[in-house]
Amino acid sequence: MAKTLFQKVWEAHTVRKLPNGQTQLFIGTHLIHEVTSPQAFGMLRDLGLKVKYPHRTFATVDHIVPTNELKEPYSDPIAQEMIEALRKNTKDYGIRFFDTTTGTQGIVHMVGPEQGITQPGTTIACGDSHTATHGAFGAIAFGIGTTQVRDVLATQTLALSPLKVRRIEVNGKLAPGVYAKDVILHIIRVLGVNGGIGYAYEYAGTTFDGFSLEERMTVCNMSIEGGARCGYVNPDQKTFDYIKGKPYAPKAADWDAAVARWASFASDAGCQYDDVKVFKAEDIRPTVTWGITPGQAVFIDEKMPALETLNAADRQTAEDAYAHMKLAPNTPIKGTKVDVCFLGSCTNGRISDLREVAKYLKGRKVSPSVKAIVVPGSQLTAIQAVHEGLDKIYIEAGFEWRGAGCSMCLAMNPDKLVGDQLCASSSNRNFKGRQGSQTGRTVLMSPLMVAAAAITGQVTDAREVFTV
Amino acid sequence: MSLAKITQVKALALAVPGDDIDTDRIIPARFLRCVTFDGLGEHAFRDERTGPDGKERPHPMNSAQAARIAAAKKGVMVVGFNFGCGSSREHAPQSIWRFGFTALVGGSFAEIFFGNSTTLGVPCVTLSKEDLAECDAFVRANPDVEVTVDVAQLTVSAGAKTWKASIAASARDGLVNGKWDPIADLLEGAEPVAKTAAGLAYVAGK
Repeated sequence: MAKTLFQKVWEAHTVRKLPNGQTQLFIGTHLIHEVTSPQAFGMLRDLGLKVKYPHRTFATVDHIVPTNELKEPYSDPIAQEMIEALRKNTKDYGIRFFDTTTGTQGIVHMVGPEQGITQPGTTIACGDSHTATHGAFGAIAFGIGTTQVRDVLATQTLALSPLKVRRIEVNGKLAPGVYAKDVILHIIRVLGVNGGIGYAYEYAGTTFDGFSLEERMTVCNMSIEGGARCGYVNPDQKTFDYIKGKPYAPKAADWDAAVARWASFASDAGCQYDDVKVFKAEDIRPTVTWGITPGQAVFIDEKMPALETLNAADRQTAEDAYAHMKLAPNTPIKGTKVDVCFLGSCTNGRISDLREVAKYLKGRKVSPSVKAIVVPGSQLTAIQAVHEGLDKIYIEAGFEWRGAGCSMCLAMNPDKLVGDQLCASSSNRNFKGRQGSQTGRTVLMSPLMVAAAAITGQVTDAREVFTV
Repeated sequence: MSLAKITQVKALALAVPGDDIDTDRIIPARFLRCVTFDGLGEHAFRDERTGPDGKERPHPMNSAQAARIAAAKKGVMVVGFNFGCGSSREHAPQSIWRFGFTALVGGSFAEIFFGNSTTLGVPCVTLSKEDLAECDAFVRANPDVEVTVDVAQLTVSAGAKTWKASIAASARDGLVNGKWDPIADLLEGAEPVAKTAAGLAYVAGK
């Protein structure tokens, strides 16, 4: 019978059926970070349990680690305490830790792919909702809670129920200035922030075939913003090429067998999907959010919705959003004043993002009214960017060049909005208060749109600022 | 590890309206700067409840009803659709539970939030849109009437009203059988786990 990748991976990792009807699913790769793991290790100690498969858990620090202060002890004692706790826990239990001193630390969803730990046909779990990122490689990757982190540490398994699979096909070529970020913002806008509840999203079609792994990661990353717990792209030659030579990639004689195995996990032709949605790449334009959920988005040249065009439930959320964002319905979002520009995050903090923006930023200047920061998602990305001289381009343009971490995506660190500042952000969430100020405002967009906002001091169509 | 069988939660209720309430709103990230979940209860919905000036805002969680629930350490929160979306932080259901809520009734729940809550022994049941609106209105109009979330019978009832409720079968099974924390079952599977692991080339180191 023809099967989807989701079904094949699920079956290969099924241990047994649990009494409550759920599946005990083997988690091949477990990723942990400093914020959602300490309580799990505490629970483990309380229960007198050990880490069952320590070599299948990998740790790094990203959420709380400051990006403007690279020497320890950090001036934030809680950040210092949390990194120390992870050092102790990984040492006590024999877990590999990509620490800040190794040159390999970074946002957990960047470290996995960079190290070749993220592989097709595997199951991955992490106490972070953006774990779906790893689906770009054809892995089934779940964001989990802290008690589940305990479950994986203690048993290397989770109690889960299978998901339905929705194939989301995007076909055609994106116009210049339109990026993977616009594709996922558009998908979420159309299918809704809760449209994916109960589903895994399979992203497919010629647009995805043409995407690099980094572009696929940007899309899979935001699956959770559409309500889908995981999202994936079927593995292909690009996937294998990306993994080849990475530290944890299969070597020598094992390589060919691994590739054959990985390829066998791809969804079969003629398999049944629970739902299919089809989009045309040429219909997608640069997209920005105007509200407080990632689904509240418009094309940059559209007006924000008039309240009377919305149904009752959406209207209530929209009224709340307009009040928080201090924006007016039925007006253009283009031209809205921007105070802060943030380029980074597990959505768009990769080397390809930094290269793409740098290409256009050369010789341009950040508006004096804007604070702009660029935060490479990982130390390896930062090292590569410096090697290519990208840091100089950003610094000359007026961006602050930072160390690796989550930074202003969730503002658990010193990078926070102040008051009602409006941030043009390449991150993934525009929730109220998300960027560290209760009244702070976030407009999500692609990295190039962030750069255009930085230069003009406004929410701008990048295609009018740069020759794309 | 023996756990309570959670067949029914009968308690005073509080309506916390709105759709797409994300976990950043339930517990802002600055409260994740901790290595235990202790003390999270007092910060549930912190930025919804307190303005930037530090003063209390009008919010259901600041009401006398919320204070009664906190004192009783049991309560039913009636919410909207897609509640608990966004970040996977277990700190969100932990804060609601530690505040005093022991069951949630809503239109729909984000999956990670739902799983995190179930594992704490906090049932999250759903009602149809119409029934939810009726339940919400009833709760506001009758703050002294206890609401019963019956996980076994799959109903929510209050006064003379009874609404048909839903919850994932596996969550219901775990709650009513006192197996809502799966760790005991997962540990029991150690042998078949080892077998599965041995059959996976990447885990076996190939």
